[in-house]
Amino acid sequence: MFESLGKRLQNTFDSLGRGGRVTEDDVKSVMRDVRMALLEADVALPIVKEFVKATREEALGAEVHKSRRPDQEVITIVRRQLIETLGEAGRLDFSRSQRPHVIMMVGLQGSGKTTSAAKLALHLRKKENRKPFMIAADTYRPAAVDQLVTLAKQIGVDYHEEGTSAKPEDIAKRGVEAAKNVGADVVIIDTAGRLQIDDTLMGELEEIKRRTKPAEVLLVADAMTGQEAVNIATGFNERVGITGLILTKVDGDARGGAALSMRSVTGVPIKFMGMGEKISEDTLEVFHPDRIADRILGMGDLGTLLEQAEELYEEEEAMKLQKKMLENNFTLQDFLEQMQKIKKMGPITKVMGMIPGFSKLQMQGMVDDQEVEGRMKMVEAIINSMTIKERNNYKILKASHKKRIANGSGVTVKDVNDLIKQYRQMQKMMDQLRKGKFPKIPGMPNLGF
Amino acid sequence: MGIFRRGLSKTRGSFFGRITQIFGNSDIDDETWDDLEALLIQADLGLETTQTVMDFVRDEVASQGITKADQLEKLVKESLEALLDHPPRPLNISGRDLSIILIVGVNGSGKTTSIAKIANRLKRAGRNVMIAAADTFRAAAIEQIQRWGERIDVPVIANKPGSDPGAVVYDAIEAAKARKAEILIIDTAGRLHNNYNLMAELAKIEGVIEKAVPDAPHEILLVLDGTTGQNALQQGMKFSDSVDISGLVITKLDGTAKGGMIFSVYNDLDVPVQFIGLGEGVDDLVYFNPENFVNSLFEDKT
Repeated sequence: MFESLGKRLQNTFDSLGRGGRVTEDDVKSVMRDVRMALLEADVALPIVKEFVKATREEALGAEVHKSRRPDQEVITIVRRQLIETLGEAGRLDFSRSQRPHVIMMVGLQGSGKTTSAAKLALHLRKKENRKPFMIAADTYRPAAVDQLVTLAKQIGVDYHEEGTSAKPEDIAKRGVEAAKNVGADVVIIDTAGRLQIDDTLMGELEEIKRRTKPAEVLLVADAMTGQEAVNIATGFNERVGITGLILTKVDGDARGGAALSMRSVTGVPIKFMGMGEKISEDTLEVFHPDRIADRILGMGDLGTLLEQAEELYEEEEAMKLQKKMLENNFTLQDFLEQMQKIKKMGPITKVMGMIPGFSKLQMQGMVDDQEVEGRMKMVEAIINSMTIKERNNYKILKASHKKRIANGSGVTVKDVNDLIKQYRQMQKMMDQLRKGKFPKIPGMPNLGF
Repeated sequence: MGIFRRGLSKTRGSFFGRITQIFGNSDIDDETWDDLEALLIQADLGLETTQTVMDFVRDEVASQGITKADQLEKLVKESLEALLDHPPRPLNISGRDLSIILIVGVNGSGKTTSIAKIANRLKRAGRNVMIAAADTFRAAAIEQIQRWGERIDVPVIANKPGSDPGAVVYDAIEAAKARKAEILIIDTAGRLHNNYNLMAELAKIEGVIEKAVPDAPHEILLVLDGTTGQNALQQGMKFSDSVDISGLVITKLDGTAKGGMIFSVYNDLDVPVQFIGLGEGVDDLVYFNPENFVNSLFEDKT
């Protein structure tokens, strides 16, 4: 951790003051790596070509920030461009439809339609305060109806099913009527998985759409999809007209280039990301373009380069912090700011989950989301209850002050004392670092420097 | 062979069909190489395999003094065939009382459907087959395999949803022994290869099987979705870290997906592709034949 910080700072010193503009050579070398990264991430070749061309134009002649090397500047532009292309998370749009608003789920076999339908129903009820309803219109896959019914019951959502002998379009139509009768306001129609080139089955989707007039037609797509993503998205979009995408199995380690391919060829927003077969509020998330962008780029040299560029973006701030640490001026206020920055990256255990080894601990229950987050919240509350003067110098804290802080933050005086104790330990450690001694930090491997 | 061609015809049309254009009667130039590379990448071969094929073809072109694009097709084909050069091997399911096939794969790859197709094929070949419904996690997964069992007339051993898959496997093996079944095919829950706990569970299931029948499982088939891109390699590697993968099943190759990941996974794991899935019908699963696979890709007429 400290080693790489040192290296990065060294890099900064090396390149400081170069400034200037991004040249053709700068762009060329980075874009070669970008092209490879995108292809390895399964972004479809025509999309890669388009993206590389557009980004090259964007990057050429761009001003190099004084804290970055030109290649770092280019990668920053690439990342920004990628996030922009992936687009903001799309929201479900019911503004032009009447109650009950219909959502049609479409996609290939095994992409995760039924699971996503149930997650979406739960999301609508819990997070958007709707009354959802589910329709089982997959009459082909054995037990698909049972699956939907089981899930609907599990999450306590009304549903309509007619077994497997009726026509899907009739089931869908009658299902919407049934939804009206129970006063549901959003209806989710689960359809059978099909190939986009299957003329008969695509015709069936058109018929369901014609008869139920959905507000949303969501294409459910596997994040592990390869070059085929373009054909799938184009095929469904041309025949049925999709309004959004749900990217599933994002809890895997696929780099998710399919998201960029599908988004690019259809122009429709990615609305949700699905993670796992468990139906809960946490396993369907609103789409995060930055996370997928980092996955697509985030491997090997390119990932390291990106990381460096990101870190150096706040170079001045980092230098200030470094200086403060070395001069032992790292106050509780600085501590608070650092913690808030980490929090911005997402739920702490999710951030930790990205670190190899930690996801394992998390699953084994050794790292508890709520505990870690609760602890961070408490620390934040305590520091927030201090005056600026106190934050900058804990030594002025008297018993009465501590009591006030404890009351203000809803904790005990012991909690306040514990925090100060920890902070002092940290200070001591920094002090030793400053003097050139390297303290052994319990639970941490040898830092090797 | 007929069905093999029918299913792959779409693949040919969209991918290798274009090869005829590229490999027309013209001189080889930079554009030819770019087009060839693009074709291989778009077939999901991945950068590394694409590079291997490109290098081979370039070397041959140089050493044989080839100048015309129409001679490239043969070289590309040779190169791809060389990548699939493991000799096909029959399933290890004979010569003992009970043979056990364990089926594993990520969610939605097509495990259950493949099991039904494999069971049907073996049953029609006169074998006494049983199925264990050990996906106790996904809603209605048990019902799904049970419906298939009824359809193809193969007994399915199941327990309640949420029950321990290891226990289901144990019960199924006991039942298979009691009923003198020759082959037991075990369905497992879909799991992502980077999920530590679920991969550990899989290893545990393998342990249960081994304990009940000493040299079992005799085949562990990893089911890969043919529309998957380069992540198939990760799946292959991580699944074989947990259990001894002995073969592959590639599904959903009846669409426009090219299935090019077969080349790299095949090479990486050093295990054969046993079956490929070419459609929804119970008969649309065929034994994989490397030569036929490559040949079919290059045939112009459907």
